[in-house]
Amino acid sequence: MTAVREPRRRLRGLPGLYAVLMRTAVQVQLQYRTANYAYMLGMIAEPVIYLVVWSSVARSQGGAVEGITVGEFAAYYIVWTLVRNMNIVFTPYGWEQRIRQGELSGMLVRPVHPIHYDLAYFAGWKFVVILLWLPIAAGLALIFRPTFDVSVLEAGVFLIAIWGAYLIRSMLLWVLGMVTFWTTRVSALYDMYFTAELLLSGRLLPLALLPAWAVTVADVLPFKYTFGYPIEVIAGDLSTRELFVGLGMQALWVGLGALLVAVVWRVGVRRYSAVGN
Amino acid sequence: MRRLSLGWTFLRVGALNELQYRVNFFLSLVQSVVAVGTALVVLGLVFSHTDSLGGWSSDELLVIMGVYVLMGGVIRSLVQPNMQQLMQDVQEGTLDYVLTKPEDAQLLVSVRRFGLWQAVDIVVGLLLVAVALVRLDDPVSVLAVLAFVVALLLGALDIYCFWLILTTSAFVVVRVDFLIELFDGMYQAGRWPVTIYPGWLRIGFTFLVPLAFAVTVPASALTGRLSGWLLLGAVAFTLGLVALTRWVWRQGLRRYAGASA
Repeated sequence: MTAVREPRRRLRGLPGLYAVLMRTAVQVQLQYRTANYAYMLGMIAEPVIYLVVWSSVARSQGGAVEGITVGEFAAYYIVWTLVRNMNIVFTPYGWEQRIRQGELSGMLVRPVHPIHYDLAYFAGWKFVVILLWLPIAAGLALIFRPTFDVSVLEAGVFLIAIWGAYLIRSMLLWVLGMVTFWTTRVSALYDMYFTAELLLSGRLLPLALLPAWAVTVADVLPFKYTFGYPIEVIAGDLSTRELFVGLGMQALWVGLGALLVAVVWRVGVRRYSAVGN
Repeated sequence: MRRLSLGWTFLRVGALNELQYRVNFFLSLVQSVVAVGTALVVLGLVFSHTDSLGGWSSDELLVIMGVYVLMGGVIRSLVQPNMQQLMQDVQEGTLDYVLTKPEDAQLLVSVRRFGLWQAVDIVVGLLLVAVALVRLDDPVSVLAVLAFVVALLLGALDIYCFWLILTTSAFVVVRVDFLIELFDGMYQAGRWPVTIYPGWLRIGFTFLVPLAFAVTVPASALTGRLSGWLLLGAVAFTLGLVALTRWVWRQGLRRYAGASA
């Protein structure tokens, strides 16, 4: 009897699935690095415009708006570019195709919940994105001269917070996308969701610049924890308490998001009848 | 004259095509209203912290926003659909069908498509401009309105030329769909007067991406900022750009190999 060499120990179960899917995503996306780059460069326009507008407001007000200086605005919108990229997840508009073309059927016969495929794939992609982002950030920093004051604790919290943001947005957009189980006239709903997100997340402007009542509204909604909070961890000056309260809120929204995904999926998938294949 | 009537025919056919899908009108309207609502909120937020931005008051900026929305409507209904079709034709080799027709190819690729419902934004933009002018309560002379219309036409022509030059790169690199994203991103900058941008960006938004001519210059005509010289400059720039576009288009066409058919 010949001794069969024990194959290299691999991760099993869900962690194994994640490892494989993330590696695949890295390899696939590295092939499309030019397209990825063009896309990322196109996205810079948005924060640069906000930055220019608020910088000129700050200058006309003697150097700062609500205590935010020109350099701090620069820091905010440069970190913005990374957080925005972490925020890109499976689009709710993609659900129409998944359902109409019967792509879900394939996912249904697999032994794990389909959200794991999206979560793992996009998470893998993020590593490529972060790599491509570094030179962009360096370029923007050279042009706009941000002021940073980052402690080790803040850097650590930031590393967790950007993944928290990723998880929350992934799950919320999944829930939004699943509305397609009931109706395909979703564009108006999505428009309103994304508008609310734009205004109340810190994507458009630092939340401190909103009127007081809107800040209160933003506090109880999840949007802030996917945009403004992670940015301010590094570009603002949050107290240690605020840093950890933020992480706690992120954990809460990840939990709530997971619950929503589970419930809506169970109800919604019953309405799915494979059209197509 | 024959060319004009050809363009008109295409426009009519395009409109008839779109009239089949009337629900899209309401979708376009909702989208337009949400977009304008958001922009107004942003304007309100900015002006809750300052009284003027780069020398423009909030009502004057409303004129800019109106022109921005209007020009966006022109792009999405007249320019972008044609350019997207051209990208697809180059990629799939179906441009052959255009080249074999007995009419100038540049003209044909520029008038084939028309997004009727996207033109909602043109009306919404005009309304915004009108509201802004009423709020400004500054009598606008006939001459200013005339200058506005001329500047608007020149601006639309500039944007068309810019788009066609971009799209012509499809003859070299084949896959250029990301250009749409890139252009949309840059067009956003036109919401604000180009004068607020730092030097190098301002030059870029004036001559590379002709946002200054498309939005800021027409809005200047209505807010008493436009000198005859500037308008003359816009005419000269547009003439130059049209000539350049023609040349680039010819060069690109030479590289077209007709992939499939």
